[in-house]
Amino acid sequence: MSVDPAVVRRIAHLSRIAVEDKEVERLNGEINAILTFVETLSSVDVAGVEPIASVLPMQMKKRADVVTDGGIVDDILANAPVREDNYFVVPKVVE
Amino acid sequence: MSDLTLLSLAEARDALKSKKISALELTRAHVEAMEAARPLNCFITETPELALAQATQSDAKIARGEAGPLEGLPLGIKDLYCSKGVRTTAASRILGNFTPTYESTVSGNLLRDGAVTLGKLNLDEFAMGSSNETSAFGPVISPWRRKGDPAAKIVPGGSSGGSSAAVAARLCLGATATDTGGSIRQPAAFTGTVGIKPTYGRCSRWGIVAFASSLDQAGPITRTVRDAAIMLRSMAGHDPRDTTSVDAPVPDYEKSMGASLKGRRIGVPKEYRLDGLSAEILALWDQGVAWLKDAGAEIVEISLPHTKYALPTYYIIAPAEASSNLARYDGVRYGIRETGRDIADMYEKTRAKGFGQEVRRRIMIGTYVLSAGYYDAYYVRAQKVRSLIKQDFDTVFAAGVDAVLTPATPSPAFAQGEQGSTDPVEMYLNDVFTVTVNMAGLPGLSVPSGLAANGLPLGLQLIGRPFDEETLFSLAGAIEQAAPKIDYPQAWWRGA
Repeated sequence: MSVDPAVVRRIAHLSRIAVEDKEVERLNGEINAILTFVETLSSVDVAGVEPIASVLPMQMKKRADVVTDGGIVDDILANAPVREDNYFVVPKVVE
Repeated sequence: MSDLTLLSLAEARDALKSKKISALELTRAHVEAMEAARPLNCFITETPELALAQATQSDAKIARGEAGPLEGLPLGIKDLYCSKGVRTTAASRILGNFTPTYESTVSGNLLRDGAVTLGKLNLDEFAMGSSNETSAFGPVISPWRRKGDPAAKIVPGGSSGGSSAAVAARLCLGATATDTGGSIRQPAAFTGTVGIKPTYGRCSRWGIVAFASSLDQAGPITRTVRDAAIMLRSMAGHDPRDTTSVDAPVPDYEKSMGASLKGRRIGVPKEYRLDGLSAEILALWDQGVAWLKDAGAEIVEISLPHTKYALPTYYIIAPAEASSNLARYDGVRYGIRETGRDIADMYEKTRAKGFGQEVRRRIMIGTYVLSAGYYDAYYVRAQKVRSLIKQDFDTVFAAGVDAVLTPATPSPAFAQGEQGSTDPVEMYLNDVFTVTVNMAGLPGLSVPSGLAANGLPLGLQLIGRPFDEETLFSLAGAIEQAAPKIDYPQAWWRGA
């Protein structure tokens, strides 16, 4: 399988990464080089093989469903690029 | 004592304990070395005031008889570990102004045990790279030089290139690192240092900037095997905030140093004899086999038939997980923000500006292999092949093999710009021997084993059973003893 410039633009949009026209060709080549590299996996017989879920045969620990953290609004907002009172500010989303 | 940076971590610990030196003297020596080594670009952020304050506290604790296991020992922290109140960048523009309000569990464990932290070490952006050339803060230059070629800027490996270079240049006694496909072991091999990626789950991932969560694991880089054992003991342990961290006691790894190797079975996998592998690497590997045999181990040839699929599998699974993990960098909660005409435009411009080329490419690959119509063909298939890679190791260990010996890298370090500029896959091949270990969640250790003809270090890799880091330390100790002693480079960068 390989990608073409239209697919590259679609992936970039799904990834929420703006690409300039001049980058598309280079990315197209690089992505195809990687897809060619991984193509070898299609020759592996995986009939009856389960996809790996975890490298360790371990039960995930569970804890009581109680509040263990919170009340740290200033910590949470400390690195916000734009904040107002106790909110993150984003461009208008709902018209 | 003359130059305190010449001490190993264990020697410095013992000298502090017997009050031959003070933590403040030791820290001052390392701060001075760090500041004089700026041409190497090992540190993204230096924290000398913090280090000196910690050292003063350590001296007080030592005087009161309350010293921790790492009391007063100056370490470097890979800038992927969140440090409370200290800028943490992941070597990315997108996090260029991020200052965490919390401490990662593993670096917190080191502080709990008394360590002094000199600063935040450079790395490949978001730990994606094998040469430290993808850092938004510029590449790290290895203290090592090729014979007769002082102009070539040698790479320290990656992604933990700041860690490996700083340890080899004696700027710190040890450093934290992380390993997703080889990012501890490959830079260790390139710089003549020791690096161990412990079993998946041995160290908490909490507070370490995530790359590929099913593969990422923290570990130390040091100059000796004993030092790595000491550091790992402090770093490891259960953390309720990481559900993949294992609730099992942490052994005193240092005690496994010097254990008898009599009757230990070491597997040598035939599939690692790649076509075109250099005679130099093959000779190093044979030498390693001979050293372990001399130390009493039994050598058996083994087969890991799915080895050749490990790297392609990695280049589906790691980008897939990265594309998901890095979705959080959207210009809203932290990091840089670019303005856009609407919210989607803001996301796209922020991420285009904030991420470097390699990171953008991997996010896009990951997005593609997870997208509708391709998920089964790429991602699910890769997860099945990953099961087969793990089963290869399970079979070998079930047959009584205690550990596996391989080369750490297919070549010694190269110079900046020499690899991957036209084809990204060329750079990816650096991890061909290390990546299987992440796929199977096993512990892997790289130990310096000699020098290449061009004067640069080479390493051997030991792979162990899950949670049997102790065997790796015993075996690596034997190789360290048998191998020619590493003479770390003289400080040519002073006044450079």
